[in-house]
Amino acid sequence: MKPRHKRLAIAGGVLASVAVIAALVFNAFQSNMVFFFSPSQVAAKEAPLSRTFRLGGLVEEGSVKRDGVTVTFVVTDKVKAIPVTFKGILPDLFKEGKGVVAQGRLEGDVFVAREVLAKHDENYMPPEAAEALKNAQKVNERTARSIVQSSAETAPGARP
Amino acid sequence: MIPELGHFALWLALAMALLLGVVPLAGALRGRDDWMTLARPLAAGLCITVGIAFISLTASFVRNDFSVLYVASNSNSALPLQYRIAGVWGGHEGSLLLWVTMLCVWMGAVARFSRHLPLPVVARILSVMGWVAVGFLLFTLITSNPFERLFPAPADGRDLNPLLQDPGMVIHPPMLYMGYVGFSVAFAFAVAALIGGNLDSQWARWTRPWTLAAWIFLTIGITLGSWWAYYTLGWGGWWFWDPVENASFMPWLAGTALVHSLAVTEKRGAFKSWTVLLAILAFSLSLLGTFLVRSGVLSSVHAFATDPRRGLFILAFLVIVVGSSLTLYAWRAPRVGLGARFALLSRETLLLGNNVMLVVAMAAVLLGTLYPLLLDALGFGKISVGPPYFDTVFVPLMAPLVFLMGVGPLARWKQAELPELALRLRWAFAVAVVAALASGWLAGRITLVATVGLLMAWWIVASLATELWGRIKPRDGASVGARAALLPRAALGMMVAHLGVAVFIFGVTLVKTLEVERDVKMGTGDTTTIEGYVFTFRGVRELDGPNYRAARGWIEVTQGGRKVADMFPEKRIYRVQRNPMTNAAIQTGLTRDLYVSLGESVEGGAWIVRVYYKPFIDWIWGGCVLMMLGGLLAATDRRYRSRAPATAAPPLATAMPGIGTLEHEAP
Repeated sequence: MKPRHKRLAIAGGVLASVAVIAALVFNAFQSNMVFFFSPSQVAAKEAPLSRTFRLGGLVEEGSVKRDGVTVTFVVTDKVKAIPVTFKGILPDLFKEGKGVVAQGRLEGDVFVAREVLAKHDENYMPPEAAEALKNAQKVNERTARSIVQSSAETAPGARP
Repeated sequence: MIPELGHFALWLALAMALLLGVVPLAGALRGRDDWMTLARPLAAGLCITVGIAFISLTASFVRNDFSVLYVASNSNSALPLQYRIAGVWGGHEGSLLLWVTMLCVWMGAVARFSRHLPLPVVARILSVMGWVAVGFLLFTLITSNPFERLFPAPADGRDLNPLLQDPGMVIHPPMLYMGYVGFSVAFAFAVAALIGGNLDSQWARWTRPWTLAAWIFLTIGITLGSWWAYYTLGWGGWWFWDPVENASFMPWLAGTALVHSLAVTEKRGAFKSWTVLLAILAFSLSLLGTFLVRSGVLSSVHAFATDPRRGLFILAFLVIVVGSSLTLYAWRAPRVGLGARFALLSRETLLLGNNVMLVVAMAAVLLGTLYPLLLDALGFGKISVGPPYFDTVFVPLMAPLVFLMGVGPLARWKQAELPELALRLRWAFAVAVVAALASGWLAGRITLVATVGLLMAWWIVASLATELWGRIKPRDGASVGARAALLPRAALGMMVAHLGVAVFIFGVTLVKTLEVERDVKMGTGDTTTIEGYVFTFRGVRELDGPNYRAARGWIEVTQGGRKVADMFPEKRIYRVQRNPMTNAAIQTGLTRDLYVSLGESVEGGAWIVRVYYKPFIDWIWGGCVLMMLGGLLAATDRRYRSRAPATAAPPLATAMPGIGTLEHEAP
């Protein structure tokens, strides 16, 4: 084999394997991306039904109920509220009235969380939760009346 | 007074660093010996001034000087002494000071152990490190002064984050930083060589031990972090693909590639441009890691600061470093040349494969870490990429790498023969297949992926054994013992490190396949059984620690009626920050860990308890320790230790024709 051919072969081999790997990586990336939705978006049916996503907001005061290992609570952005169930141990800093992010799927109207995140600082608000509240507030200001009405109809737990 | 002294010392250090960045470099350009000889004294001065600053801050912590804002925010008079010292790097400002201090430690070491290098080379290297120091000192002084006073001084401090009050946390950051910052040495060597235009195998020989040293520290740092997460975060995981972990893992991957490509450059003079590029990459990733962790773009235990100026500063610094070094590279690399030729099948090609896989793996981690941040910054919404992505990507990437790991060390440099390789490795392969099937069968309920994992681990072991036997089998009248004694440490180090990878893969495979995690509600006297271990809940009592209150559970573990252990997991509330903290109880064994932690109390005095069975989990860290030991062996190989000028001088003189009149031995 001539040196030129050899170098071509090496470069070609490297390029081909990198291409294959890149395809694999992007495919894995596509199928494992987890999107974030706020309670308002979930209530508006924007969230996917058969895919894992993240739900963020505040844990509604007085909504946490424990039954053995299963916990149920309500995540709200102060406009809409979504009931969540979770099996297992909540993080140390999970508290009513504080920010939370849950990852899981929608099953019917209930969000079944496989993971609940609350970060390690008392005053810390997960950015996702903070954003959900902010967005909800904006929407709230713009179309206050209609949202109050619809939330009163569909989600009795939500407060405008 | 002490904080002002420290603050003043930092400004003095900045002046020293600026001088160090300019004068010796200019000297090397203009051939002025007197300017170049200033490199070492200036580096020493920089070390001393930064040292004074660091000691001042430590003294403020030890003396509980809460008039210093940083001390007041990260310490408390009830905090035990060792954690008051660890508090120095418990927050943003102090950890930056630690960064600079580590840089000075490396700089001092380079100045001290580079007596056999030509003066212009030393001058350039120390100058480049001086510029790095300028960047970080400016960062500290402008945006994050640790000596800022607080008036009026509070009576007591806000205490150290309870998560950091742990022996592992005392040493994890310094080790990790030693690793991060250590790549600045390889970076400085690379940039100095680009400026000087003398990039050859001699250069690779100088760079290798430094790179290995940085790699060892980074390995220790990451291992400690993983171990700490396992036993303090209370959920029994050892790696979460958290962006902060990724930030330390990316330089590690690039550094591992660099260690391997340096071997080719040293032995064969090939891969020169690529090696330089990797050195730049490894350090840039260290800076990127610092940026990600310190800028507040990530939210995690590690993110202290949310001051946007800080993030902007590091980002600008990163852009300057990467931009200028890549420009220099584009300008000078054509002069460096590609180096020696090699055949299609040779150890060079196999190591090239290793490098490609490692860099691609690094890029995959980079994508998963940065893409969500980028989308968010551009306002395209929030996404997250979790462990499933990294797991899916990593296994297929590591499999060919591990295969190459078995073949590479047995292949000849320059030109290897396929039949010979196949002949030498066919038994290794057969043994690996049999061993994987047998160990899989012994472990029971094993999956296909797990069998592949076991095969990978056994393949490394079997090919290592083949290689070792080839190196020590009796030949020319020399016995096994005699030949083993002659094994160079570098070869031994490589084998130990590769064995570490095998042990690591073994541990990961088994723990992922066989672990049992159970959350149960337990009242006094309740039991739960996992893998033959009976866990009995004996109740919870209250307890007072030095700066916390704890609920302490008692769980008795028996196996076949015989007592195995009493385990005491705790739930702590720290008095000052009022944060709850979970302290898991772990019973460690060679083949399994038992892991118990308290969740929350429920009605009737019962608790939700986490009971985990983790087979072979300690092998994960054991493998990392082996990798680190292997690095240590390789870094202390004889050919790096020979500092006698008599042996070092002649090859230097002939290897550096480009320097011409500037050739000098250090005094």
